[in-house]
Amino acid sequence: MKVLVPVKRVIDYNVKARVKADQTGVDLANVKMSMNPFCEIAVEEAVRLKEKGAATEVVIVSIGPAQAQETIRTALAMGGDRGILITSDADLEPLAVAKLLKAVVAEEQPGLVLMGKQAIDGDNNAVGQMLSALLDWPQATYASAIELSGSSAKVTREVDGGLQTLDVDLPAVVTADLRLNEPRYASLPNIMKAKKKEIAQKTVADYGVDVAPRLTVVKVTEPPKRSAGIKVESAADLVSKLTTAGVL
Amino acid sequence: MAVLVIADNDNAHLRDGTNKTVTAALKLSGDVDVLVLGKGAAAVADAAAKIAGVRKVLLAESDALGHGIAEAQAEAALALAGDYDAILVPATAGGKNFAPRIAAKLDVAPISDIVEVVSADTFVRPIYAGNALETVQSSDAKKVITVRPTAFAAAADGGSAAVETVSGADAAKTRFVSEEMVKSDRPELAAAKIVVSGGRAMGSAEEFQAVIEPLADKLGAAVGASRAAVDAGYAPNDYQVGQTGKVVAPQLYIAVGISGAIQHLAGMKDSKVIVAINKDADAPIFQVADYGLVADYKSAVPELMSALTAAGK
Repeated sequence: MKVLVPVKRVIDYNVKARVKADQTGVDLANVKMSMNPFCEIAVEEAVRLKEKGAATEVVIVSIGPAQAQETIRTALAMGGDRGILITSDADLEPLAVAKLLKAVVAEEQPGLVLMGKQAIDGDNNAVGQMLSALLDWPQATYASAIELSGSSAKVTREVDGGLQTLDVDLPAVVTADLRLNEPRYASLPNIMKAKKKEIAQKTVADYGVDVAPRLTVVKVTEPPKRSAGIKVESAADLVSKLTTAGVL
Repeated sequence: MAVLVIADNDNAHLRDGTNKTVTAALKLSGDVDVLVLGKGAAAVADAAAKIAGVRKVLLAESDALGHGIAEAQAEAALALAGDYDAILVPATAGGKNFAPRIAAKLDVAPISDIVEVVSADTFVRPIYAGNALETVQSSDAKKVITVRPTAFAAAADGGSAAVETVSGADAAKTRFVSEEMVKSDRPELAAAKIVVSGGRAMGSAEEFQAVIEPLADKLGAAVGASRAAVDAGYAPNDYQVGQTGKVVAPQLYIAVGISGAIQHLAGMKDSKVIVAINKDADAPIFQVADYGLVADYKSAVPELMSALTAAGK
């Protein structure tokens, strides 16, 4: 079974995003970029499925600027087999991304799409669910465990208040949550090997999909700042301050 | 313009996020209906009918809806979508699970996790873990929006809307297998007035339980944890406060042994009063804390417990 793993190049999760002075967006010039952490978890899971013999091929796809090629290489160094880069100068909305991925699915015919639950830039948490809806495939989001058995997958999900296990027919869309696995670091030999792996070069126009934005960004601003308060000397001092503040 | 709010519920209880989403909906329109999806959820529909400002309540039931299967939830909502200009869903794990499906099927852009309604087509939402606020204007005729509950006050009771039954929906390719819910007498994390959270400094799950939980119980608080503590296995994922976990805004947030990584601050910085207990005076958590106590939690928490007892808590 082929597994398709969409990945996104985003601001590194240890970097604090800064809003541009002209309020048009977040300043990404000279900022460290990395693979979205949830995408990394999805890549790791797909590679583990292949190592267990449950998957035969892991195809990585990324939509973004030319530099997203590096993100695909990282995924190939972790164990992906080949990549597809769909270049786009515009930052596409989840609906457009879901439509493009639907077109990729039509070409690649994977048995499973495994992707991160959310990108840490737009924080939408939407593409996996939307792709599943457009394909009329079942979905299992926020996965903390995946077990493939023939024509279906048993997925344990992180839900409000605990865990839920679903059994979904394949093909399906599964999105990864934090506790699914701990992604590996690529070894130097695997990084070298990844340089020789194939990455197909595409553009958004190749797929004939309407990616026009539906939302206009009016402005991007800094959230109200919270300033540091005071240091208290002791636990007793703290309790008296909290009592005065009326929050106890 | 009519708005449909989809209720957050567990088949037995209406959750508070619904009332908060109704508040957001009433900023868009005076014609607000509530759709309850579940199984054996008549009591939930009756509770929703009491929310002031609600025009009518629609109740759709099936096994799949009772288990919160997204495919069925989206289908049940889509059957009604023709009558509404906007569909609003609380931005809980459950709501975020199905709302984007509705948007995809309607061919509209979902607007996720809004914290402010600027006008009927313009909304504010946090991006980059809350480090920026984006104001977006939608050009779609029909809008699908998830609403961050902590950003809106809960609509009070006082209504008496009629409850109408509408058709349920099933999911042919998805089967419910089992669920394992954390049982707790503590308040729900997202709705609690006081939250006590522990971080990686706890060092073990046993220590987390021995330190954080008694303090929470003394204060009648919910228990939270940093992602680092969850990652290390000291606390269940359900406790996680932060960008990738739950966003909370209680009256009082007490962070114990939490350094204050960006991703944690994103989940709690809207709390009314923040207390930080950490032995590292340079920990970033002190930059957002109203009251900071620089001390090892091992001595500070027991002292805090006695000080609370002395103060009659």
